[in-house]
Amino acid sequence: MQAPAQFLARSALQSMIDALAARGYRVIGPQVRDGAIVYADLAQVNDLPQGWRDAQEPSSYRLTHSDNVRCFAWANGPQAIKPHLFAAQEPLWRAIQTDDGFRVEAVEPDVRPLAFIGVRACDLSALALQDRVFLGGPFVDPYYAARGTEMLLIAVHCSHAAATCFCASTGDGPRAGAGFDLALSELEEGFVLEVGSAAGRGIAALLPLTVASAQQIQAAQTQVEAAAQSQTRTLPSRNLRDLLFANLDHPRWDDVAARCLSCGNCTLVCPTCFCHAESEVTALNGKETLHQREWDSCFSAGHGYIHGFQVRPETKHRYRQWLTHKLGSWHEQFGRSGCVGCGRCIAWCPVGIDLTEEAHAITGETGHDE
Amino acid sequence: MTKPRVAIHKFSSCDGCQLAFLNAGAALLELAQLVDLVHFAEAGAVQPDAAVDIAFVEGSITTAHEIERIQNIRANSKYLVTIGACATSGGIQALRNGKMQGADWIASVYASPQFISSLDTSTAIAQHVKVDYELWGCPVTSRQVLQLLRDLLFAVRPKVNADPLCLDCKRAGNVCVLVTRGEPCMGPVTRTGCGALCPQFGRACYACFGPSELVNGHALGQRLSGLGLTSADVAKRFLFINAGAEAYAEAAAFTEHKHD
Repeated sequence: MQAPAQFLARSALQSMIDALAARGYRVIGPQVRDGAIVYADLAQVNDLPQGWRDAQEPSSYRLTHSDNVRCFAWANGPQAIKPHLFAAQEPLWRAIQTDDGFRVEAVEPDVRPLAFIGVRACDLSALALQDRVFLGGPFVDPYYAARGTEMLLIAVHCSHAAATCFCASTGDGPRAGAGFDLALSELEEGFVLEVGSAAGRGIAALLPLTVASAQQIQAAQTQVEAAAQSQTRTLPSRNLRDLLFANLDHPRWDDVAARCLSCGNCTLVCPTCFCHAESEVTALNGKETLHQREWDSCFSAGHGYIHGFQVRPETKHRYRQWLTHKLGSWHEQFGRSGCVGCGRCIAWCPVGIDLTEEAHAITGETGHDE
Repeated sequence: MTKPRVAIHKFSSCDGCQLAFLNAGAALLELAQLVDLVHFAEAGAVQPDAAVDIAFVEGSITTAHEIERIQNIRANSKYLVTIGACATSGGIQALRNGKMQGADWIASVYASPQFISSLDTSTAIAQHVKVDYELWGCPVTSRQVLQLLRDLLFAVRPKVNADPLCLDCKRAGNVCVLVTRGEPCMGPVTRTGCGALCPQFGRACYACFGPSELVNGHALGQRLSGLGLTSADVAKRFLFINAGAEAYAEAAAFTEHKHD
């Protein structure tokens, strides 16, 4: 697969969007909406967040604009790929009463293949984990599969880390390692382009590419290394399972529970969280019911409710469930930690609880250097 | 087969929660097929003393007469369901239960206060009679009332969702107004059910659906202070619509005590 790196001039970026659209893809890319970078339908290169930078801190996300020509000089927004494959709310089937019982009808998902422009290393790692949950094993989720299997991914190697990022510590970034069809390194004048798959090569063949210069390749390498080195947050180790389960009675759980709102924002912005609940929406006439699935959270009452009693009645239990699963028992379940270092749970926590700080405190390691 | 009998009663309130029925559109016609609406003054049916299977009650208790009326309704009803903030927590008018006494409020609002005969407090229905189910909201939505009614018609226990609003807000794909703009959003301590209406339009939640399951008022209060709100402003955020809700009253008292 290792071909000489190629180069796409900034002025030719629209040709990439057009090539994807011509191939029948629904193109999704980053845009500024309501003060954040969000991933939505993208038709024009002008809709990309050119000149926008993000400043992220615990419980704070702010965008600033300059006349910088770059479109991808930011770390990440509140969501990326997850909501497009694992829908936040989705009807699965309906049951309709008939004269002699009832019949069940499938609700078919939209099957138009998706192409993402601008996804990051952390989100590609998270996607691989979501794929294992929804596509791995004997029971494939048809709703996720309909959107996820024909997908095309154009990654961007991060050139700027936010203060909340710690992907270098988890080993998931800032360079996208695998799982992309094409990967871009954004320079002022354009993009160094790597091919990651046959589908990616097919798209690259439609673009007006030149051979990237040694200088451009070096500049791309330098900026992704700088993005790694600028990260200050860390996790104590990539496998905290034993340390976390040896500390289930650590006083820090009470301490964090005093600050935690139990609002579940951390879990819903987490790109690897997959918990969901299913419920019925019954028509008033009682003759038809829609069975629907929606994102759930280990901070909800329903998550810990088991036939008549609540196994996690207090915030302390719920925060402990989130952290010990994400950083601990994921190793048994999936062979790695469930954290990809994107830092969303830190920025989007309304009270700024920092997962890395809690992990250090609970496992007895020293805190991050600031 | 006789249809279940339903009554919709009004106490001290703005009538807005009853609109959850009136605004239901085609569903209202369907409802009329399923139940007998024996008392619903806003829609024309008036039999306040009729025995019913389900009584919906809007409004809080603010007069001596209302204390008598609610006892009577309880005695005549199999299920009693409160709809809205007033009936469930005492509503916005429960602000008068606090520092400023009832008489002071009346004098500051009415030109001729001698004609007003009301109690010093506005209290929730559950403080006077047993309540079977509570629907929070200011106002409640058609979806809430019709879903509860459907569950009761099926004779299943209605599902109570006290999850925080943030879950629905994130599912809707809204960008958090607290994190991006420092808006004093009450979503993390507010019960879901409105569809994250305010944040969807870039406005901070003001807790009209009352307390969620696990309210950490101290932590949110502290965060709101960090956004630049005074302790009095933080207390107002908690007390605005549901001053009678214990978790909010406690959070407001804590904030004011801590900073006074």
